[in-house]
Amino acid sequence: MSLLDFFRASKRAKPSAEMARDRLQIVLAHERISRDGDDFLPRLEKEIMAVVARYVEVENDRAIVKLDRSDDVSTLEIEIELPTKAREENKPDRMRASG
Amino acid sequence: MSEVIVVTSGKGGVGKTTTSAAFATGLAMRGHKTVVIDFDVGLRNLDLIMGCERRVVFDIINVIQGEANLKQALIRDKRVENLSILPASQTRDKDALTEEGVEKILAELRQTHDYIVCDSPAGIERGAHLALYFADQAVVVTNPEVSSVRDSDRILGVLASRSQRSEQGESPVKEHLLVTRYDPARVERGEMLKVEDVQEILAIPLLGVIPESQSVLQASNQGVPVILEGESAAGKAYSDAVGRFLGEKIEHRYMGPEKKGLFSRLFRGAA
Repeated sequence: MSLLDFFRASKRAKPSAEMARDRLQIVLAHERISRDGDDFLPRLEKEIMAVVARYVEVENDRAIVKLDRSDDVSTLEIEIELPTKAREENKPDRMRASG
Repeated sequence: MSEVIVVTSGKGGVGKTTTSAAFATGLAMRGHKTVVIDFDVGLRNLDLIMGCERRVVFDIINVIQGEANLKQALIRDKRVENLSILPASQTRDKDALTEEGVEKILAELRQTHDYIVCDSPAGIERGAHLALYFADQAVVVTNPEVSSVRDSDRILGVLASRSQRSEQGESPVKEHLLVTRYDPARVERGEMLKVEDVQEILAIPLLGVIPESQSVLQASNQGVPVILEGESAAGKAYSDAVGRFLGEKIEHRYMGPEKKGLFSRLFRGAA
Protein backbone atom coordinates (compact mmCIF):
# COMPACT_ATOMS: atom_id res chain seq x y z
CA MET A 1 0.00 0.00 0.00
CA SER A 2 1.43 3.31 -1.02
CA LEU A 3 1.37 6.35 1.15
CA LEU A 4 -1.19 7.88 -1.18
CA ASP A 5 -3.52 4.92 -0.66
CA PHE A 6 -3.20 5.32 3.06
CA PHE A 7 -4.41 8.92 2.92
CA ARG A 8 -7.21 8.04 0.53
CA ALA A 9 -8.42 5.24 2.75
CA SER A 10 -8.39 7.32 5.88
CA LYS A 11 -10.27 10.09 4.13
CA ARG A 12 -13.01 7.83 2.88
CA ALA A 13 -13.62 5.81 6.06
CA LYS A 14 -16.46 7.03 8.17
CA PRO A 15 -15.46 7.95 11.72
CA SER A 16 -16.52 5.13 14.04
CA ALA A 17 -18.37 7.59 16.27
CA GLU A 18 -20.71 8.40 13.37
CA MET A 19 -21.34 4.72 12.81
CA ALA A 20 -22.17 4.40 16.49
CA ARG A 21 -24.66 7.24 16.24
CA ASP A 22 -26.34 5.89 13.10
CA ARG A 23 -26.61 2.34 14.46
CA LEU A 24 -28.06 3.58 17.73
CA GLN A 25 -30.65 5.73 15.99
CA ILE A 26 -31.89 2.75 13.99
CA VAL A 27 -31.90 0.17 16.77
CA LEU A 28 -33.52 2.51 19.30
CA ALA A 29 -36.22 3.57 16.85
CA HIS A 30 -37.14 -0.12 16.58
CA GLU A 31 -36.97 -0.80 20.30
CA ARG A 32 -39.08 2.22 21.16
CA ILE A 33 -41.91 0.97 18.95
CA SER A 34 -42.43 -2.12 21.04
CA ARG A 35 -41.92 -0.18 24.26
CA ASP A 36 -44.41 2.61 23.71
CA GLY A 37 -47.43 0.38 24.00
CA ASP A 38 -48.88 1.27 20.61
CA ASP A 39 -48.91 -2.39 19.85
CA PHE A 40 -50.52 -2.10 16.44
CA LEU A 41 -47.31 -0.55 15.15
CA PRO A 42 -45.35 -3.79 14.70
CA ARG A 43 -48.30 -5.25 12.76
CA LEU A 44 -48.64 -2.07 10.74
CA GLU A 45 -44.95 -2.21 9.93
CA LYS A 46 -45.25 -5.84 8.81
CA GLU A 47 -48.22 -5.17 6.56
CA ILE A 48 -46.70 -2.06 4.99
CA MET A 49 -43.53 -3.97 4.29
CA ALA A 50 -45.50 -6.78 2.70
CA VAL A 51 -47.22 -4.33 0.34
CA VAL A 52 -44.03 -2.48 -0.53
CA ALA A 53 -42.22 -5.78 -1.11
CA ARG A 54 -44.70 -6.61 -3.88
CA TYR A 55 -43.32 -3.73 -5.93
CA VAL A 56 -39.71 -3.25 -4.87
CA GLU A 57 -37.13 -5.37 -3.21
CA VAL A 58 -36.80 -4.40 0.45
CA GLU A 59 -35.17 -5.75 3.54
CA ASN A 60 -37.31 -6.18 6.59
CA ASP A 61 -34.90 -4.63 9.04
CA ARG A 62 -34.69 -1.47 6.97
CA ALA A 63 -38.02 0.02 7.95
CA ILE A 64 -38.80 2.37 10.76
CA VAL A 65 -42.39 3.06 11.76
CA LYS A 66 -42.69 5.71 14.42
CA LEU A 67 -45.74 7.24 16.05
CA ASP A 68 -45.34 10.51 17.92
CA ARG A 69 -48.32 11.54 19.97
CA SER A 70 -48.58 14.98 21.48
CA ASP A 71 -51.49 17.14 22.59
CA ASP A 72 -51.79 19.17 19.40
CA VAL A 73 -50.69 16.86 16.66
CA SER A 74 -49.67 13.26 16.17
CA THR A 75 -47.48 12.09 13.34
CA LEU A 76 -46.99 8.68 11.85
CA GLU A 77 -43.55 8.45 10.36
CA ILE A 78 -42.70 5.63 7.97
CA GLU A 79 -39.20 5.34 6.66
CA ILE A 80 -38.21 2.48 4.39
CA GLU A 81 -34.70 2.19 3.10
CA LEU A 82 -34.48 0.75 -0.39
CA PRO A 83 -31.44 -1.17 -1.52
CA THR A 84 -29.33 0.73 -4.04
CA LYS A 85 -28.50 -0.68 -7.45
CA ALA A 86 -24.98 -1.45 -6.38
CA ARG A 87 -26.35 -3.71 -3.72
CA GLU A 88 -28.60 -5.58 -6.07
CA GLU A 89 -25.54 -6.41 -8.09
CA ASN A 90 -24.08 -7.81 -4.95
CA LYS A 91 -21.34 -5.27 -4.60
CA PRO A 92 -20.45 -3.96 -1.20
CA ASP A 93 -22.21 -0.68 -0.68
CA ARG A 94 -20.67 1.69 1.74
CA MET A 95 -22.98 4.61 1.05
CA ARG A 96 -25.90 2.87 2.63
CA ALA A 97 -24.66 3.42 6.11
CA SER A 98 -25.02 7.14 5.72
CA GLY A 99 -28.29 6.98 3.78
CA MET B 1 -40.02 19.14 50.86
CA SER B 2 -37.87 16.14 50.18
CA GLU B 3 -36.90 14.64 46.85
CA VAL B 4 -36.00 11.08 45.98
CA ILE B 5 -33.31 10.94 43.28
CA VAL B 6 -32.35 7.68 41.59
CA VAL B 7 -28.95 7.31 39.98
CA THR B 8 -29.44 4.70 37.30
CA SER B 9 -28.09 3.48 33.96
CA GLY B 10 -29.10 -0.04 33.10
CA LYS B 11 -25.55 -0.95 32.21
CA GLY B 12 -22.97 -1.77 34.86
CA GLY B 13 -19.62 -0.10 35.30
CA VAL B 14 -20.58 3.29 33.88
CA GLY B 15 -20.18 5.19 37.15
CA LYS B 16 -23.46 4.97 39.09
CA THR B 17 -21.86 4.49 42.49
CA THR B 18 -19.16 7.09 41.81
CA THR B 19 -21.92 9.47 40.77
CA SER B 20 -24.18 8.64 43.72
CA ALA B 21 -21.33 9.26 46.17
CA ALA B 22 -20.25 12.49 44.47
CA PHE B 23 -23.79 13.78 44.01
CA ALA B 24 -24.93 13.09 47.56
CA THR B 25 -21.74 14.64 48.95
CA GLY B 26 -22.21 17.69 46.73
CA LEU B 27 -25.81 18.19 47.87
CA ALA B 28 -24.75 17.89 51.52
CA MET B 29 -21.86 20.32 51.01
CA ARG B 30 -24.39 22.87 49.84
CA GLY B 31 -26.23 22.52 53.12
CA HIS B 32 -28.95 20.05 52.17
CA LYS B 33 -29.61 17.18 54.53
CA THR B 34 -28.86 14.20 52.33
CA VAL B 35 -28.83 10.42 52.61
CA VAL B 36 -27.45 8.06 49.99
CA ILE B 37 -28.80 4.49 49.83
CA ASP B 38 -27.08 1.48 48.27
CA PHE B 39 -29.70 -0.70 46.54
CA ASP B 40 -27.21 -3.27 45.31
CA VAL B 41 -28.04 -6.03 47.77
CA GLY B 42 -25.39 -8.75 47.64
CA LEU B 43 -22.85 -6.56 45.83
CA ARG B 44 -22.54 -3.57 48.11
CA ASN B 45 -19.89 -1.05 47.14
CA LEU B 46 -21.13 2.40 48.03
CA ASP B 47 -19.59 1.96 51.51
CA LEU B 48 -16.15 1.48 49.94
CA ILE B 49 -16.49 4.47 47.62
CA MET B 50 -17.66 6.60 50.56
CA GLY B 51 -14.86 5.25 52.75
CA CYS B 52 -17.10 4.00 55.55
CA GLU B 53 -16.82 0.23 54.96
CA ARG B 54 -15.48 -0.46 58.44
CA ARG B 55 -18.30 1.39 60.13
CA VAL B 56 -21.12 -0.72 58.68
CA VAL B 57 -23.06 -2.42 61.47
CA PHE B 58 -26.60 -2.69 60.15
CA ASP B 59 -27.89 -2.44 56.59
CA ILE B 60 -31.08 -1.77 54.63
CA ILE B 61 -32.23 -5.40 54.89
CA ASN B 62 -31.81 -5.35 58.68
CA VAL B 63 -34.09 -2.31 58.74
CA ILE B 64 -36.67 -3.87 56.41
CA GLN B 65 -36.78 -7.03 58.51
CA GLY B 66 -37.05 -5.12 61.78
CA GLU B 67 -33.69 -6.20 63.17
CA ALA B 68 -32.54 -2.60 63.48
CA ASN B 69 -34.12 0.80 63.20
CA LEU B 70 -33.13 3.39 60.61
CA LYS B 71 -31.19 5.49 63.09
CA GLN B 72 -28.98 2.53 63.96
CA ALA B 73 -28.31 1.68 60.33
CA LEU B 74 -27.51 5.18 59.03
CA ILE B 75 -23.78 5.99 58.95
CA ARG B 76 -22.97 9.67 59.33
CA ASP B 77 -20.19 10.89 57.08
CA LYS B 78 -17.18 12.12 59.05
CA ARG B 79 -16.05 14.71 56.50
CA VAL B 80 -19.27 16.37 55.42
CA GLU B 81 -22.06 17.54 57.67
CA ASN B 82 -25.65 16.68 56.68
CA LEU B 83 -24.60 13.47 54.90
CA SER B 84 -25.37 9.88 55.81
CA ILE B 85 -25.18 6.51 54.12
CA LEU B 86 -27.54 3.56 54.27
CA PRO B 87 -25.55 0.52 53.13
CA ALA B 88 -26.86 -2.51 51.29
CA SER B 89 -26.58 -5.98 52.72
CA GLN B 90 -23.59 -7.94 51.52
CA THR B 91 -24.77 -11.38 52.59
CA ARG B 92 -28.53 -11.46 52.27
CA ASP B 93 -30.63 -12.60 49.37
CA LYS B 94 -31.72 -9.72 47.16
CA ASP B 95 -35.33 -10.92 47.42
CA ALA B 96 -35.27 -9.56 50.96
CA LEU B 97 -35.61 -6.11 49.38
CA THR B 98 -39.38 -5.60 49.27
CA GLU B 99 -41.48 -2.81 47.83
CA GLU B 100 -43.26 -2.26 51.15
CA GLY B 101 -39.95 -2.22 53.00
CA VAL B 102 -38.39 0.31 50.65
CA GLU B 103 -41.53 2.46 50.70
CA LYS B 104 -41.51 2.55 54.50
CA ILE B 105 -37.81 3.46 54.71
CA LEU B 106 -38.17 6.25 52.10
CA ALA B 107 -41.24 7.65 53.86
CA GLU B 108 -39.32 7.78 57.14
CA LEU B 109 -36.27 9.37 55.51
CA ARG B 110 -38.45 11.97 53.78
CA GLN B 111 -39.42 13.29 57.23
CA THR B 112 -35.84 14.20 58.09
CA HIS B 113 -33.95 14.68 54.83
CA ASP B 114 -34.02 17.09 51.88
CA TYR B 115 -32.55 14.65 49.36
CA ILE B 116 -32.56 10.87 49.25
CA VAL B 117 -30.13 9.56 46.62
CA CYS B 118 -30.77 5.96 45.53
CA ASP B 119 -27.74 4.20 44.04
CA SER B 120 -29.27 1.65 41.67
CA PRO B 121 -27.68 -1.70 40.85
CA ALA B 122 -27.07 -2.52 37.19
CA GLY B 123 -29.75 -4.31 35.19
CA ILE B 124 -33.52 -3.92 35.24
CA GLU B 125 -34.32 -6.58 37.84
CA ARG B 126 -35.84 -6.15 41.27
CA GLY B 127 -33.11 -4.02 42.90
CA ALA B 128 -32.89 -1.62 39.98
CA HIS B 129 -36.68 -1.41 39.71
CA LEU B 130 -37.14 -0.68 43.42
CA ALA B 131 -34.35 1.92 43.33
CA LEU B 132 -36.22 3.91 40.68
CA TYR B 133 -39.82 3.06 41.59
CA PHE B 134 -40.33 5.84 44.16
CA ALA B 135 -38.10 8.43 42.45
CA ASP B 136 -39.09 12.04 41.85
CA GLN B 137 -36.00 12.68 39.74
CA ALA B 138 -33.57 10.44 37.88
CA VAL B 139 -29.93 10.97 37.00
CA VAL B 140 -29.24 8.68 34.04
CA VAL B 141 -25.53 7.93 33.91
CA THR B 142 -24.34 7.16 30.38
CA ASN B 143 -20.96 6.48 28.81
CA PRO B 144 -20.47 7.70 25.23
CA GLU B 145 -20.58 4.14 23.96
CA VAL B 146 -23.28 2.16 22.11
CA SER B 147 -24.25 -0.40 24.75
CA SER B 148 -24.47 2.19 27.50
CA VAL B 149 -26.65 4.52 25.41
CA ARG B 150 -28.99 1.67 24.48
CA ASP B 151 -29.32 0.55 28.10
CA SER B 152 -29.99 4.11 29.21
CA ASP B 153 -32.77 4.33 26.65
CA ARG B 154 -34.25 1.15 28.06
CA ILE B 155 -34.09 2.53 31.61
CA LEU B 156 -35.83 5.72 30.43
CA GLY B 157 -38.60 3.46 29.13
CA VAL B 158 -38.88 1.79 32.54
CA LEU B 159 -39.00 5.20 34.27
CA ALA B 160 -41.77 6.29 31.95
CA SER B 161 -43.92 3.19 32.36
CA ARG B 162 -43.08 1.36 35.58
CA SER B 163 -42.31 4.04 38.15
CA GLN B 164 -44.82 4.90 40.85
CA ARG B 165 -45.34 8.34 39.31
CA SER B 166 -46.24 6.82 35.94
CA GLU B 167 -48.45 4.12 37.44
CA GLN B 168 -50.37 6.63 39.51
CA GLY B 169 -50.64 9.12 36.66
CA GLU B 170 -48.67 11.83 38.44
CA SER B 171 -46.25 14.19 36.70
CA PRO B 172 -43.41 12.11 35.25
CA VAL B 173 -40.07 11.48 36.91
CA LYS B 174 -37.78 14.40 36.04
CA GLU B 175 -34.90 13.00 34.00
CA HIS B 176 -31.32 14.27 33.80
CA LEU B 177 -28.55 13.01 31.55
CA LEU B 178 -25.07 12.71 33.00
CA VAL B 179 -22.42 11.64 30.49
CA THR B 180 -19.42 10.14 32.25
CA ARG B 181 -15.95 8.96 31.15
CA TYR B 182 -15.99 11.52 28.37
CA ASP B 183 -12.76 11.91 26.43
CA PRO B 184 -12.89 15.10 24.32
CA ALA B 185 -9.66 14.20 22.49
CA ARG B 186 -11.15 10.90 21.26
CA VAL B 187 -14.37 12.70 20.35
CA GLU B 188 -12.38 15.12 18.25
CA ARG B 189 -10.71 12.22 16.44
CA GLY B 190 -14.14 10.76 15.65
CA GLU B 191 -13.56 7.73 17.88
CA MET B 192 -16.14 8.51 20.53
CA LEU B 193 -19.78 9.62 20.43
CA LYS B 194 -20.22 13.35 20.93
CA VAL B 195 -22.17 14.41 24.00
CA GLU B 196 -24.53 16.26 21.63
CA ASP B 197 -25.26 13.00 19.81
CA VAL B 198 -25.88 11.09 23.04
CA GLN B 199 -28.21 13.83 24.20
CA GLU B 200 -30.06 13.97 20.89
CA ILE B 201 -30.56 10.20 20.87
CA LEU B 202 -31.78 9.96 24.47
CA ALA B 203 -33.67 13.26 24.23
CA ILE B 204 -33.45 14.30 27.88
CA PRO B 205 -31.85 17.45 29.32
CA LEU B 206 -28.10 17.36 29.87
CA LEU B 207 -27.09 17.79 33.50
CA GLY B 208 -23.36 17.47 33.03
CA VAL B 209 -20.37 15.88 31.39
CA ILE B 210 -17.76 14.21 33.58
CA PRO B 211 -14.44 13.89 31.77
CA GLU B 212 -12.46 10.67 31.89
CA SER B 213 -10.07 11.35 34.74
CA GLN B 214 -7.41 9.53 36.67
CA SER B 215 -8.64 11.15 39.84
CA VAL B 216 -11.79 8.97 39.87
CA LEU B 217 -9.75 5.81 40.45
CA GLN B 218 -7.46 7.59 42.87
CA ALA B 219 -10.41 8.86 44.88
CA SER B 220 -12.04 5.42 44.99
CA ASN B 221 -8.73 3.88 46.11
CA GLN B 222 -8.85 6.15 49.12
CA GLY B 223 -12.58 5.97 49.81
CA VAL B 224 -13.09 9.67 49.08
CA PRO B 225 -16.01 10.85 46.91
CA VAL B 226 -14.31 12.43 43.89
CA ILE B 227 -16.22 15.68 44.37
CA LEU B 228 -14.07 16.29 47.44
CA GLU B 229 -10.98 16.28 45.19
CA GLY B 230 -11.51 19.94 44.47
CA GLU B 231 -8.60 20.24 42.06
CA SER B 232 -9.58 17.39 39.74
CA ALA B 233 -11.55 17.98 36.55
CA ALA B 234 -13.99 15.19 37.44
CA GLY B 235 -14.53 16.66 40.90
CA LYS B 236 -15.23 20.11 39.47
CA ALA B 237 -17.52 18.67 36.81
CA TYR B 238 -19.57 16.86 39.49
CA SER B 239 -19.71 20.05 41.50
CA ASP B 240 -21.05 21.90 38.43
CA ALA B 241 -23.63 19.17 37.85
CA VAL B 242 -24.90 19.43 41.44
CA GLY B 243 -25.13 23.21 41.04
CA ARG B 244 -27.16 22.82 37.84
CA PHE B 245 -29.38 20.26 39.53
CA LEU B 246 -30.16 22.87 42.18
CA GLY B 247 -31.10 25.36 39.47
CA GLU B 248 -27.89 27.36 39.15
CA LYS B 249 -26.84 28.52 35.70
CA ILE B 250 -23.41 27.00 35.18
CA GLU B 251 -21.82 26.71 31.76
CA HIS B 252 -20.68 23.28 30.62
CA ARG B 253 -16.93 22.72 30.60
CA TYR B 254 -14.56 19.85 29.84
CA MET B 255 -16.45 19.19 26.62
CA GLY B 256 -13.66 20.29 24.29
CA PRO B 257 -10.10 18.96 24.14
CA GLU B 258 -7.79 20.24 26.80
CA LYS B 259 -5.64 23.09 25.60
CA LYS B 260 -2.13 22.04 26.32
CA GLY B 261 0.61 24.56 26.89
CA LEU B 262 4.18 23.98 25.85
CA PHE B 263 5.07 22.87 29.35
CA SER B 264 2.51 20.08 29.59
CA ARG B 265 3.23 19.07 25.98
CA LEU B 266 6.86 18.59 26.89
CA PHE B 267 6.35 16.90 30.21
CA ARG B 268 2.87 15.33 29.83
CA GLY B 269 1.98 16.67 33.26
CA ALA B 270 -0.74 15.05 35.35
CA ALA B 271 -4.25 16.05 34.39
